[in-house]
Amino acid sequence: MSGTGGREIEQLIQLLARLPGLGPRSARRAVLHLIKRKDGLMVPLAAALDRAVETVVECATCGNVDTSSPCSICTDPRRAESGMLIVVEDVADLWALERAGVGAVRYHVLGGVLSPLDGIGPEDLTIDQLIARASEFSEIVLAVNATVEGQTTAHFITDQLAKLDLKVTRLAHGVPVGGELDYLDEGTLSQALKARTSL
Amino acid sequence: MEWSGEGLIIGVRRHGETSVIVEAMTPDRGRHLGLVRGGRSRKLAATLQPGNQVQLHWRARLDEHLGMFSVELIKPRAADLIADRTRLYAAQLLCAHLRLLPERDPHERLYRMASEIMDDGNELVELAQMISIFEFTLLDELGFGLDIASCAVTGATEGLAYVSPKSGRAVTAEAGAKYLDKLLPLPAYFTTFENAPAEQVQDGLRLTGHFLAMHVWNPRQIEVPTTRDQLVASLAELV
Repeated sequence: MSGTGGREIEQLIQLLARLPGLGPRSARRAVLHLIKRKDGLMVPLAAALDRAVETVVECATCGNVDTSSPCSICTDPRRAESGMLIVVEDVADLWALERAGVGAVRYHVLGGVLSPLDGIGPEDLTIDQLIARASEFSEIVLAVNATVEGQTTAHFITDQLAKLDLKVTRLAHGVPVGGELDYLDEGTLSQALKARTSL
Repeated sequence: MEWSGEGLIIGVRRHGETSVIVEAMTPDRGRHLGLVRGGRSRKLAATLQPGNQVQLHWRARLDEHLGMFSVELIKPRAADLIADRTRLYAAQLLCAHLRLLPERDPHERLYRMASEIMDDGNELVELAQMISIFEFTLLDELGFGLDIASCAVTGATEGLAYVSPKSGRAVTAEAGAKYLDKLLPLPAYFTTFENAPAEQVQDGLRLTGHFLAMHVWNPRQIEVPTTRDQLVASLAELV
């Protein structure tokens, strides 16, 4: 015991400290805040967590997380019309694209990228499921990170999709909005120049 | 303890929320690891990509410690590699091969070869040939080198056409005639270093792949790198 209260409080601090962005100190502050606002925050939070544990599932079709499987994105008929499937590494990327308002599209979450260093091979990702559903779409957009591992995965998927005769595209690489050329790395600059567009 | 020198980034592992552990191949200190604080920042992410040539400065209190790297970009290869499927597969495969080496054991020959292949290789057959020669050298540096100087049966130094899959020793076409179904073809380019057609390069990769599996991948329970399979499959389409 480290002078922070009972065993339950200590356990709560330890569990919160495991969350991304929180260490023991910030977890302690969060727990204190919860205790101070027990009725207004702690009880609803506990109830929300309880409900989430009961209802949140991984979509069997796309890998998104939702309260039903297939998820609300996969069951939305408007999203089928565009014929576009966006392939992302992680659910966080899917959410980022949804926040960006990319339109009525469907997604496929790979669950990571090929990474020999971490022992992640094609069988650890949902590439087989992607290939199984790819023919339902007219265009597959590979929205994986612009890293060496991400793009190796993109090329690998492109190879696997080659026999399906689909349009396979990837996100552009180049200057981000607000980016100053002087501060960009040479590689990104050369890629941006190669992918230049007419005005 | 500290040193400075150039290196080739061959792997990056997340460490905590902001840092990474960088695995770099250096000419005189071999495969060396170090922590880069803030390595997951936007500023450093582009630098810390496998294939990039960097200037490293390593510091630690004791030599056996992991230590900290500060990194400065010398040659940004990753962005070019990303755009070219074959070069990207080749670079990833080279990085996977370099990670097989023991830590802090200098292998300057492999370092130079890997850098050259990443810079010069463009076309699939040429790249695959360079990689098979790299793998041949890797086996040698790991202590499992093939003996292709003379025939294991007759002692002849000319006309060597096959390699025994068990001993790794070469035999001539005549000496190996009875065992063709068991022997592995030995492409001439391993001794002549001349450009070879796709069929020969395929034989070369089969040869080095067999011995890498026998001596390295299987004993260490490592899967054959996916990128190698992809390169071999691409080559097979040309034959």
